[in-house]
Amino acid sequence: MFQPRSIQSSLTLRDKILSIDYVLVFSMLILGITSMFAMYSTDGGEFKYHTNSHILRFFVFFVMFFLVSLVQIRFWHGTSYLIYFVIFILLLGVKYFGLTSSGSKRWLDLYFMNLQPSELMKIGLILFLAKYYHRISIENINSIRYLFIPITVLVAPIILVATQPDLGTSILIAAGGVVVAWLAGVRAKFFMFSGVAMIALLPVAISFLKPYQKSRILTFLNPERDPLGAGYQIIQSKIAIGSGGLFGKGFLNGSQSYLDYLPEKHTDFIFTLFSEEFGFFGSLFILLLYIIIIYRIIRTGNITRSNFGKLYCYSFATAFFFYVVVNMMMVLGLLPIVGSPLPIMSYGGSSMMAIMFGLGIVMSCKIYKDTPVN
Amino acid sequence: MLSPGSGNTVIKSKLISRRMFLITAAKAIVMFGLVGRLISLQINQATKYKSLSDKNRFREWKLAPERGAIKDFFDIEIASNEPLYQVHLVPENAKDLDNLFVRLKAILNITDKKVSYLKRVIKKQKPWEPVIVSENLDWADFSKINLFLHELEGVEPIVSVARTYPDNSSAHILGYVSQISAKDLQTKEYLQDLAVPGMAVGKTGLERKLDEQIIGKVGYQRYEVNAFGKRIREIKIDQGQAGKNFRTTLDYDVQKFTAELLKDKAAAVCVMDVYNGDIVSLVSSPTFEPNQFVHGLDKKYWNSLIKNEKKPLGNKALSGLYPPGSTIKTLVALSALENKIIRPLDTFRCKGKIELYGEKFHCWEKDGHGIVNLRKGIQRSCDVYFYEVARKLGVDRLSETAKRFGLGKKVLSDFIEERSGVVPNTKWKKKFIGQNWYLGETLHSGIGQGYFQSTPLQLCLMTAQIANGGFEIKPRIIFDERNDNLRKYLKYKNDNPNEPLPTDLLVSNFDLKPLFKNQEHINLIKDAMFSSSNEPGGTSYRHRLEDPNFTFAGKTGSSQIKRFTEAQREAEVKQESLPYKDRDHALFVAFAPYKNPQYAISVLVEHGGSGGKAAAPIAKKVIKKVLERHELRRSVNNQLGEAV
Repeated sequence: MFQPRSIQSSLTLRDKILSIDYVLVFSMLILGITSMFAMYSTDGGEFKYHTNSHILRFFVFFVMFFLVSLVQIRFWHGTSYLIYFVIFILLLGVKYFGLTSSGSKRWLDLYFMNLQPSELMKIGLILFLAKYYHRISIENINSIRYLFIPITVLVAPIILVATQPDLGTSILIAAGGVVVAWLAGVRAKFFMFSGVAMIALLPVAISFLKPYQKSRILTFLNPERDPLGAGYQIIQSKIAIGSGGLFGKGFLNGSQSYLDYLPEKHTDFIFTLFSEEFGFFGSLFILLLYIIIIYRIIRTGNITRSNFGKLYCYSFATAFFFYVVVNMMMVLGLLPIVGSPLPIMSYGGSSMMAIMFGLGIVMSCKIYKDTPVN
Repeated sequence: MLSPGSGNTVIKSKLISRRMFLITAAKAIVMFGLVGRLISLQINQATKYKSLSDKNRFREWKLAPERGAIKDFFDIEIASNEPLYQVHLVPENAKDLDNLFVRLKAILNITDKKVSYLKRVIKKQKPWEPVIVSENLDWADFSKINLFLHELEGVEPIVSVARTYPDNSSAHILGYVSQISAKDLQTKEYLQDLAVPGMAVGKTGLERKLDEQIIGKVGYQRYEVNAFGKRIREIKIDQGQAGKNFRTTLDYDVQKFTAELLKDKAAAVCVMDVYNGDIVSLVSSPTFEPNQFVHGLDKKYWNSLIKNEKKPLGNKALSGLYPPGSTIKTLVALSALENKIIRPLDTFRCKGKIELYGEKFHCWEKDGHGIVNLRKGIQRSCDVYFYEVARKLGVDRLSETAKRFGLGKKVLSDFIEERSGVVPNTKWKKKFIGQNWYLGETLHSGIGQGYFQSTPLQLCLMTAQIANGGFEIKPRIIFDERNDNLRKYLKYKNDNPNEPLPTDLLVSNFDLKPLFKNQEHINLIKDAMFSSSNEPGGTSYRHRLEDPNFTFAGKTGSSQIKRFTEAQREAEVKQESLPYKDRDHALFVAFAPYKNPQYAISVLVEHGGSGGKAAAPIAKKVIKKVLERHELRRSVNNQLGEAV
């Protein structure tokens, strides 16, 4: 009846390596290398702190990605709840022991690195909910009783992150969670109700927003409102991208970033920098790499037999898509500046770690695609 | 697959896949949206954003061009440039402005008032625009600043150039320069692109007349700047263009000599070449220090200029209006001769006064001149003779002659301070005063009083045109407008004494405009002027020059400020005993040498009393000086191919 467990647990290392999705790995590598060029440019064409540590992080976490891939999916399924809770405790830790930088408390000092648990939570929540919806039967999915846990595990970290305050990350965490629930079959009606409820609660939420957050939203609605203040980032980012034109200003020639007009060029606005230097075709190239990566993740979901795997891959692909799209829309002036990194491209250890971990689990699904998880 | 819940699992799996399909479709749409946005920004609007990016990237600093020099006839610079040591402050480069000002105050002598003024300026400007902390430092202070520079962030020591004048002898004709005012920017179009901080523009005199050409073309430095306005590197520098240099007809040596003579007097002197109209000297006194205006005027000095009753700021030679007094008698006599009103030997009897319709008209000589003809009338400046001539001539004919000889209109162009004066006639009075002309006023006009108003420059021109034989000349002060037809004509006539051509044809060949009908009349006037200066009884006989090379022929004049009362006349009150403000203006016009006229001169001394006493001695000295330098001046002209 059961497929013998031994079939897959006895996969040799050679089998495992052969079944790795090399298109995905290759795309990741190209993106990683591209990001190194971009980072080198933000350092003014020198190997300085940002470039060196970005390169180091990429390779360290790339190795971690392989290690995670080679671990059986059954293990990740088994430890999903645990992973979620560990990250949740880290988030709580941030609340009490966190490092404060530019007005928000997001980081834990781990001596060898400053960890941002909210980034990890993006993956942790998807893992938790994928397992949860994998386990409950289809009849129960839409019963109120079984909605209690998902809502709790969704809302608790969001509140913690939003009060750091880090609006961007908390929205992206929520988006990931909501996608799992949607894919698992929670009724559209339910999402509609919560949507209406959220809109109703919007005025209350706005009253909790910090002044700078309000100003960001207002600025997004009209960037010229205060061109030297809050609207500055959006305007300068648009100028940088627009002035890149078809072919860009050339590597290391992005005057907007080189002359410090571009804010946060290492992190949130790395795409702007790249786009300024490599133009429309450069932007398309990056976009294409992301599309390939997302497609490969979805494809892994398609071929994975377990619903846990499917739920995880599809959700992660969608969340990944959100990360990319939200960041790009932000720098293209289509969304308010909420502060979200571009996966793999942006400078930032925790984000890189979370993405590589997430992709590692996808790859584990691919390698163990035929292994049932329980 | 075959687990107890396998059906369940399959349904679930299908559900998941169905929903994922929806999401993927939505993703595709969003991706297309992103690409669309990229197309819009990077392709459709690329030009717009490129220009915005360049606007971010480059910033230009304008460089004030060097003002052209003004030179005298002998190429001596009478308005030049000198290095100027300034301290500028770029607010954005300064860490702590308050602290910096405390430091600057300790190093330089800056008042608190100046500091608060600078702070106000800084608030109004962009943070990268420099403010000028010190306009003009001496070398000691400037090196002190350089010494402390490392602790004065934001402070920039600047070496630039500024206008400088060797002395104040020519202050009026040169004018002065000063900072561009808001009004300058509105009214002068050529300044629109030139608004550079610290730029000086000509406000009066030649500096103003020549401003557009002398100011030069503004240069600029183009820098790449970062988001904080800090200059990263220089992209391009355009030094601009220094202004054009100008050579004038003035003789700096004579200017200095004359200015020294006139010191402490309210007076003016004009000297003009009678053939080509070169203005050799034009001095007004008292003068002012033009260098004071270059770097923001000291208020105390300004007030002292404004309050001085001798009006040092006005150029008396160009803008002072004075009744021509007896100097007009030359023209009255000429007009009467030309209009055949009198003959030279017609006489009148001067008994000291005449009466007309019950009004008494006095001669300056209380006891009268006895029998007076034209020559004696001019020699002695007999008022009664000219009352009679004027009465017969009528004011309209007089005014026609006076205008022909240059009175009543501006002599030079583009001097805003120059005034045109008044040559009255019946029409003029009707138009401007709205009354009919009285015969009595004709009599006053006949001795240059009443409505007559003229500038010393006009009187000089009038005299020059008599001296050169009655030909029109166009006075000039800028050297390069050569016109030497009159000298060529005279040379030609000299070389060809038996010229068969009639004179008027010859005149037109040389493009000359005679101002006479019969040149003999001009000679009669010149002769009478000679007698006035060189024969006993002449009004300036005491101040003659006997050396024939220097002998001049002149005419005195005094323009009345206040009418003498009968009582004063009876008591023979002397001008010297009147209060300063009530004394007559003294005038003297002359040309020299008499035999071969070269220069005409007019001298005005405000409240100097009589022309013979106050103005003629000055004229005598200036004429001597000018004639001593005549050969030198001729030799320069010869080199330039002018006729002798």
